[in-house]
Amino acid sequence: MKVLVKRNEAFQEFEVPREPSQTVLDVVTYIQRRLDPTLAYRYACRVGMCGSCAMMVNDVPRWTCRTHVDKVVHRDRLEIAPLRNLPVIRDLVVDMREFFDKWARAKGEFRGGRSRQDEFEPVRPDAPPRREVDAGIECIGCAVCYAACDVVKWNPDYLGPAALNRAWTLFNDVREKDNLQRLRALAGDAGCHACHSHVSCTERCPKHLSPTRSIAGLKREVAKAALRGDL
Amino acid sequence: MTYKSETILWLAQRASAALLALCVAVHLVTIVYAVRGGLSAAEILERTRGSSAWFAFYSIFVLAVTVHAPIGLRSVLAEWLRWRGRSRDFALLVFAAFLAWAGMRAVLGVFA
Repeated sequence: MKVLVKRNEAFQEFEVPREPSQTVLDVVTYIQRRLDPTLAYRYACRVGMCGSCAMMVNDVPRWTCRTHVDKVVHRDRLEIAPLRNLPVIRDLVVDMREFFDKWARAKGEFRGGRSRQDEFEPVRPDAPPRREVDAGIECIGCAVCYAACDVVKWNPDYLGPAALNRAWTLFNDVREKDNLQRLRALAGDAGCHACHSHVSCTERCPKHLSPTRSIAGLKREVAKAALRGDL
Repeated sequence: MTYKSETILWLAQRASAALLALCVAVHLVTIVYAVRGGLSAAEILERTRGSSAWFAFYSIFVLAVTVHAPIGLRSVLAEWLRWRGRSRDFALLVFAAFLAWAGMRAVLGVFA
């Protein structure tokens, strides 16, 4: 199989043998261990939990550790590049700072109002807000959605699907006490209303989450707050 | 623009889109129905002039376009041409005024 790896704006060609059940991460690891030890890439868990190995595979953002070569190889050829929409550090390694800074900007941290002296807040698993949280909570922060999003490409300030999805799970946490501040952070040119509902994030999310749905929820809530005069 | 006015613009675009969905449907059905027998322009004008209901309907149509198109164009200009800020918003106000003028000119011509 011919493998083209993007390094410094140019593609370098490698010949890699096909194996049964081979993943794209296996291919990159083979290149680095057997063909060119200078190749830089990032991975940790290899089992789809850590969210560190995402790359562009034949122009599509994917988690490489759980992507089988059989599913994505085209005419015995594989093109591997660093994730789109993020600055490249070297070879296949991108700088994720901007991606996670946006989680902070979207008020992505939990702020409860209770202390250790208070009783626990009862949270019913079947309560509608809790179900919204469940639908979005399994994000592994791999930035596949961020790389898939055209709005991020066109509007570099846009918070992006992952940060907005995170904000939506916190908004629906009944223990959360800072939701008005959160909605203010999510309104505006870089916030939820910038989303065009292209659904690329949902299409590509390896965990089968729907950031589009979360963002639609935020659009409604921000709009309601604006109509109430709370914003 | 503040986050509040951005949200109001989004709401205005959603509301005008809902209105346009209805207006465009009525508009298209009316055209197809009206010309199926092969009407001349003079015959059409004879039927439309003086109709206050159609005048009101098409005035609302023009208003919805005047609100909807510039807000959509605002995002297109920002995302594709990187044109933001007050100069863009002023240009879009001029564009909205043009749409209102051109639209109402047509409405007055056909229904007044």
